[in-house]
Amino acid sequence: MAIAVGVLFMIGVYLILSKVLLRVILGTSLLTHGVHLLLLTMAGLKRGDAPVLNGGSKTYTDPLPQALILTSIVISFGVTALYFVLAYRAYQTRGTDEIDDQDADAAGKEGAS
Amino acid sequence: MNNLLVLPVLVPMAIAVFLMFFRQKVGLQRIVGVVGGITNILIAAVMVYRVHSGGIQTLELGGWAPPYGIVFVADPFAALLVLAASITAFAVLLYSFASIDRKREEHYYYTAFHFLLVGVYGSFMTGDIFNLFVFFEVMLISSYALITLGGSGKQMREAPKYLLVNILSSTLFVAAVAYLYAAVGTLNMAHLSQRIAEVGQGGVLNVIAVLFLIVFSLKAGLFLFFWLPGAYGAPPFAVRALFGALLTKVGLYAIVRTFTLIFAHDPSFTHTWIAGMAAATMVLGGIGAAAYRDIPRILNYNVLIGVGFVAFGLATGTRDGMDGVVFYMLHDILAKGWMFVLGGMLIAAAGSDKLDQMGGLIRRRPGLGWMFFLLALALTGIPPLSGFAGKVLIVRGGLENGQLTLSLVALASSLLTLYSLIKIFREAFWGTEPDLMEETERGESSEEERAVGEDRSRPYAAQGGRLAGISAVLLLVMVIGMGLAANGVYDLASQAGAVLEHPGLYIEAVLKE
Repeated sequence: MAIAVGVLFMIGVYLILSKVLLRVILGTSLLTHGVHLLLLTMAGLKRGDAPVLNGGSKTYTDPLPQALILTSIVISFGVTALYFVLAYRAYQTRGTDEIDDQDADAAGKEGAS
Repeated sequence: MNNLLVLPVLVPMAIAVFLMFFRQKVGLQRIVGVVGGITNILIAAVMVYRVHSGGIQTLELGGWAPPYGIVFVADPFAALLVLAASITAFAVLLYSFASIDRKREEHYYYTAFHFLLVGVYGSFMTGDIFNLFVFFEVMLISSYALITLGGSGKQMREAPKYLLVNILSSTLFVAAVAYLYAAVGTLNMAHLSQRIAEVGQGGVLNVIAVLFLIVFSLKAGLFLFFWLPGAYGAPPFAVRALFGALLTKVGLYAIVRTFTLIFAHDPSFTHTWIAGMAAATMVLGGIGAAAYRDIPRILNYNVLIGVGFVAFGLATGTRDGMDGVVFYMLHDILAKGWMFVLGGMLIAAAGSDKLDQMGGLIRRRPGLGWMFFLLALALTGIPPLSGFAGKVLIVRGGLENGQLTLSLVALASSLLTLYSLIKIFREAFWGTEPDLMEETERGESSEEERAVGEDRSRPYAAQGGRLAGISAVLLLVMVIGMGLAANGVYDLASQAGAVLEHPGLYIEAVLKE
């Protein structure tokens, strides 16, 4: 598990360091997957019964990390979707999908005006 | 049990959802926004009063007792911040009426605005660290919407970077929470503090503390502020006022909260880091503010100086320093909102954001000119205005703690603040008007505005108006009032400072032991 988290982080960081916006977005989404796995690992991969009160079970799985992961997945899903839309819009407006490309920016302005 | 505590979050959320269905009806949106804004100020005022007279209030959501459920906590610090934030938000809302163009208003500007407030108030009130993350995200996603709304080239260039920085810091936030949960097995802030006190803040917890520091510094613009001047230069001025006044303060609040409550047990390690970062922020922010010659950048760097100052107050770790942190943050929320409103009006009046193209505005807009002068004095900390007491307390705390160099840096940064703002005042309001101005000056003001409105080479033209003036005067009254009533505010602030210095009070109130 820890290795999987490490690999996801590694690839995520590598992708974020590239200039193309699409790769950056994929990088962030891989990074968040890594973090979700990290949450799962950090809480300890216990095996036990469902955490039901009055169920009579002595060993049960900690439900909290899963709730956290679920929340985090929903948020990262929304943010990633927004980011894709923004990237597409930025591509339309600026005519490039690279971050901070000043030349292309100037060209885009000329094209617009 | 005290349902009042959830109202600051609930009211803007209800408004935001309500306004989603009426996006064409700008008039209705404005009225609802104003009513909501006033309601929120009243709620916050009642909350401050109750906390002042009755001690820390808590609300266990869903009836789950802490440390299991999520708990909302109104300690004096949080309550005061909610009050200051709601006043500033109301003023910025008024300013938005004057400055935001109709197209943005019809495209969910007010919805995003109110969701942003949900996130801000929620972050102040919550007593659960993962819930803090959730409210951070609510706030950030609204800020993404506000920063991209309009879709100009500049916004499209800055927004992806802004998103990236914040997504990365949010990811790190979740990672930090994961590590923290692994280390101590709880998420309730009061409980965290207790458990960390039990196990002792050793190596692992210090690493986690630094991780949290990185996360919050990224959001607050404390040292890791490389993204801030660019990103805050992109959206319209009303949005900048909101960001500068509230967003950075929420990050700062999170730093103050975590490092006075949760990671408060090894100050020689963590607070040294914070002190260093605060000094670097003040120095770099000061240099930036003094060096640039376009107004947005000067204002953005001034935001950074304020952030550095509060962090310095936290780093002193003394009682005076804590009182100062509370006082200065209240002042900073009001004054930074005011600063951006005035900046926006100034640029609207001048038709340009470059200092070199301004001059002689005092003849056309004397009120604006003198307000700007007062702003410079307030941010520097001249006595009758609100910045003074906070700065005195923080610097006194620094001297008490023997941090002479840092105190000097803090005072020098005040001088740079004064220099940078007086530079704007001197060159924009005095001096001769450049040729550019003379052409527009001859025309009638209404014609002028129309002409400028059509001129697409002047993107800031539409940011003046009478409501903007009202908003600026409202904040002016608040800043002066806070300065004159410094004694009363100090009472409240020192109550808040006491809780920050003795986290035991907070823990007791939340866990009820």
